[in-house]
Amino acid sequence: MTLYILCFILFLTGLYGLLISRNIIKIVISLTIVEISIFLMLILIGYISGGIAPVIFQQEVPQHQAVVDPLPQTMVLTAIVIALATNSMILAMAIRLYKKYGTFDIHEINKLKG
Amino acid sequence: MKGMSVIVKKVAQLLSAMIFVFGMYIAIHGHIMPGGGFTGGVLLASSFIVLVLAQGLEYFKLKQQRERTSLVESLSVLLILLLGFSGLFAGSMVFFGNYLPKGQPGELLSAGNIPIYSILIGIKVAATLFTIFLALTIYKEEVST
Amino acid sequence: MNTEIYLTIILIIMIILALTAIHAKDLLSAVIAQGGIGYGLVICFLLLKAPDLAIVQIVAETITIIIMVAVLHDSTRFEMRCPTCRRDIINLTSALILGATLLYFFVDAISVLPPFGEHTLRMSANYVYDAIEKTGATNLVKGVLWDFRALDTLGEAAVLFTTAMGVLAILRLKGRVKNN
Repeated sequence: MTLYILCFILFLTGLYGLLISRNIIKIVISLTIVEISIFLMLILIGYISGGIAPVIFQQEVPQHQAVVDPLPQTMVLTAIVIALATNSMILAMAIRLYKKYGTFDIHEINKLKG
Repeated sequence: MKGMSVIVKKVAQLLSAMIFVFGMYIAIHGHIMPGGGFTGGVLLASSFIVLVLAQGLEYFKLKQQRERTSLVESLSVLLILLLGFSGLFAGSMVFFGNYLPKGQPGELLSAGNIPIYSILIGIKVAATLFTIFLALTIYKEEVST
Repeated sequence: MNTEIYLTIILIIMIILALTAIHAKDLLSAVIAQGGIGYGLVICFLLLKAPDLAIVQIVAETITIIIMVAVLHDSTRFEMRCPTCRRDIINLTSALILGATLLYFFVDAISVLPPFGEHTLRMSANYVYDAIEKTGATNLVKGVLWDFRALDTLGEAAVLFTTAMGVLAILRLKGRVKNN
């Protein structure tokens, strides 16, 4: 139970960074922290103590042998690659903003607009 | 982006071939070992990225080649879709059906269609990441001059 | 029992690294702290018996750091801070209040979940015990990824394709010029 709560505190740290930071690079880093906490939460729920990893070097899974749930692992495997893609998309937008306004600061960009 | 010194260039050339072979090994053995298409694809992309970072952008004339990575990426997505549609006409008539013979579990040639999908998604991920990296570096240089 | 203690220590280190990354003055050190969080996640995956995810995460994190440093390469590295505006104080208090409320509801909601390590295979027992016979793959994660739930993976490929198109469309300065 403490592990779930610590994981949620990591999520809240990322959310705090999203609300407090003014630099675009810092916003990307906070978004990454939120994503990491969600991946860890999903895998923590699927863990079975005493289970083996879902890679089996035999012909058949023995019955009554506990195996860690492969379904959350599949979902997280997909989500990691998508997180990489979205991060690079935001960074591309950051490059264009830097070329146009000369700064990464959102408040400065708001002032310079128009 | 300029190139680095001679020692770095030589080590990068030797290292990138090894990274490339290791990426292909990981992508092909995805159904019997930890690893698979995503990991292999990112490793293949990083072997190219090492070369570009060491030699500089001018060496390879990459501005003309950027179109080709997009072409490879689109072709691999098209092949995955066609392979998925072919499941509608063979075997158990489901989209993404696994109709090739299963073979002996644990061998390299087993598990039906899964190794083919694995290799295709590896090519696709490698092409996408390399396209993104080239776009970020090339267009950044272009604007700042 | 040992797993739980190790995981607790790594999670506390990750939270400290996250606070460091958010409050760092130099953007390069913030990026390095984010890399530390990612590699901590790799050790967590290894302890939780997920070798597939550990390999993918360690490679993806490296590529993310390379791209971020390429963006920061000849831009301003240091963050401009204005002398404490009133807006910052409002942001801080709203973040603290929101966090406390969310934590209260989370602790309330978590009593429905089974405690750590006592998950029961309800839906995916079929994916585990019949997988080798039905798909032939000894890596059960790949069996789920490309056979039982292949449509999800197709959606993921579509997202990657769209991202590459979007990055090119954002970054290309001049469109193609038509020859008259």
